[in-house]
Amino acid sequence: MNELKINLCGISMKNPLILASGILGVSNEYFKTLEENGAGAVVIKSISREPRSGHPNPVILAYEAGLMNAVGYSNPGLDIAKEEFSKITVKIPVIASIIGSEPKDFEYMAKNFLHDGFAAVEIPLSCPHTPGFGTLAGQGTPQATTAITKAVRKHTKLPIIVKLSPNIDSIGTVAQAAEKAGADAISACNTLGPGMVINIETAKPFLDFKVGGVSGPALRPIAVRCVYDIFKSVKIPIIGIGGVTTGRDAIEMMMAGASAVGLGTAVYYRGVGVFNKIAEEMSDWLKENNYTNVSEIIGVAHE
Amino acid sequence: MNDANKLLRASEQIGTSKKQIPSGIDVPSEKQFSLPSELPNVLPIQSIEQECSDIKTFYFRYKMNFKPGQFVMVWIPRLDEKPFTISYHNEDSFGISVQEKGRFTKALFAMKPGDKVGFRGPYGNSFKLFDSVSDSAKTIVIGGGCGAAPIAPLIDALSVNKKSAPKVIIGARSKANLIYAKRFPDSTFVTDDGSFGKKAFTTDALNELLQSGFKPDMVYTCGPEIMMKKVVDICIENDIPCQASLERYMKCGFGVCGQCVCGKKRVCIDGPVFEKEELVKISDFGKFTRQKTGEKTPI
Repeated sequence: MNELKINLCGISMKNPLILASGILGVSNEYFKTLEENGAGAVVIKSISREPRSGHPNPVILAYEAGLMNAVGYSNPGLDIAKEEFSKITVKIPVIASIIGSEPKDFEYMAKNFLHDGFAAVEIPLSCPHTPGFGTLAGQGTPQATTAITKAVRKHTKLPIIVKLSPNIDSIGTVAQAAEKAGADAISACNTLGPGMVINIETAKPFLDFKVGGVSGPALRPIAVRCVYDIFKSVKIPIIGIGGVTTGRDAIEMMMAGASAVGLGTAVYYRGVGVFNKIAEEMSDWLKENNYTNVSEIIGVAHE
Repeated sequence: MNDANKLLRASEQIGTSKKQIPSGIDVPSEKQFSLPSELPNVLPIQSIEQECSDIKTFYFRYKMNFKPGQFVMVWIPRLDEKPFTISYHNEDSFGISVQEKGRFTKALFAMKPGDKVGFRGPYGNSFKLFDSVSDSAKTIVIGGGCGAAPIAPLIDALSVNKKSAPKVIIGARSKANLIYAKRFPDSTFVTDDGSFGKKAFTTDALNELLQSGFKPDMVYTCGPEIMMKKVVDICIENDIPCQASLERYMKCGFGVCGQCVCGKKRVCIDGPVFEKEELVKISDFGKFTRQKTGEKTPI
């Protein structure tokens, strides 16, 4: 499948399909399973300085248009995660993901967690359901994006990927702020909302945190528009994330301007084998439509 | 069966919800309009039975498409959601046997018939059964502590008639913690302190059965993981096929959150039942579990 080979800010990938952060990215050993199932790259589940239990269950639900989650950044914290990921044991690129409340937290994490074994680092400034982080900590503004990106840049030479929220009105402006501050790519986008689902028998919201970020098919058209807007605003590559479930969805995302595509909720619909399935569907479509490499379709919807 | 099919099959068992790849959704006719989802069914408790000092069974009237070994996610609004295996199952009702352990089970124990709890599922794979009755008679089923709960519907399924009944070993710390003595009276019972049945471990009873010349075609087990590890080791030594049902902290129950990752597998969707050949490759089996934070800790 040479037609799917891409290069994303210096990272070569066998296909443009990346496991999105927060889904299954807990151990080197499980990355092996993802590698065997065709993932082009993986992003680890985000790591904070201190261990976090996250929100109490239920933290995730499947409704008729996708998933809604309020996991609340559960993670074992810097010390344990450092041990787990000190050596990357898979061949596919592994992208780190670090979180914090203030620029100095990101700085600390960049300094103490990142190493050359990672292919890049993603900084999600966009989680909609964890107090002290993401949009609930005001990280989605151009000012905060600039400050945090610069803080991370000080301590790493790895490519920096800034993950944005679809809730931002002028997402292109925030993407520009990230680019100016030294980001090498943009992930667009995080989950939408938050939303709420109420169980009418008990008259209670189903998620314990009451609200959660919306992903999956409901998010897809919004994510495609976000990618389209960002593509017009910056020169750095975009990882398009949001509801991509089939090869056609991935093609659409790339036509909007994405250089690679993140998968999350797709694992729910089609199992962990979804990477190989989508890669094959993309490959078939490209051949049928006389493209020799997938990069030829990046941003063609703008022409 | 691949993951997608398994997921599809699991979702088909959740009453009306039927999951499909979104781009291929057939919009149902207006009369029965309902898009696929996997939200909980809220059911009133039908009746409650005290099984032993710290285990109660809660019964619910609901037609559940279920296979022995599968589990449900049980929801108490504003408190928590936890996985439990189905321990009783028939045409129009099911039961879960719950051991009083923490905040969640204490709240469940305080409930009365008519009180409501939510259910998602059933989730996970199931114990693999034999097609012919004569083969089931050559099986051993071992349950330790509340690990007897998941294997109970399996014993029911294997015991189509007297001839097909498997050899059952049920063990517990003491008489006060042992369940299903009346439900499966022909079982071999063992307790750590000898207060009921023989003073022995389930693995002692298994060894004894094997030494008596009984050659099983399959050993099924559920219980403390250290016990299951020993059972699997005995099965490896004696070249006997074996299946064990694992337990891990769970969040989503449908294979996306990574909370129950165990080696290269997810317990919620690749398991909870694993065969001997898979278990030897799961590096965490018998050694590590994963806390709510994702931290791996020794079992």
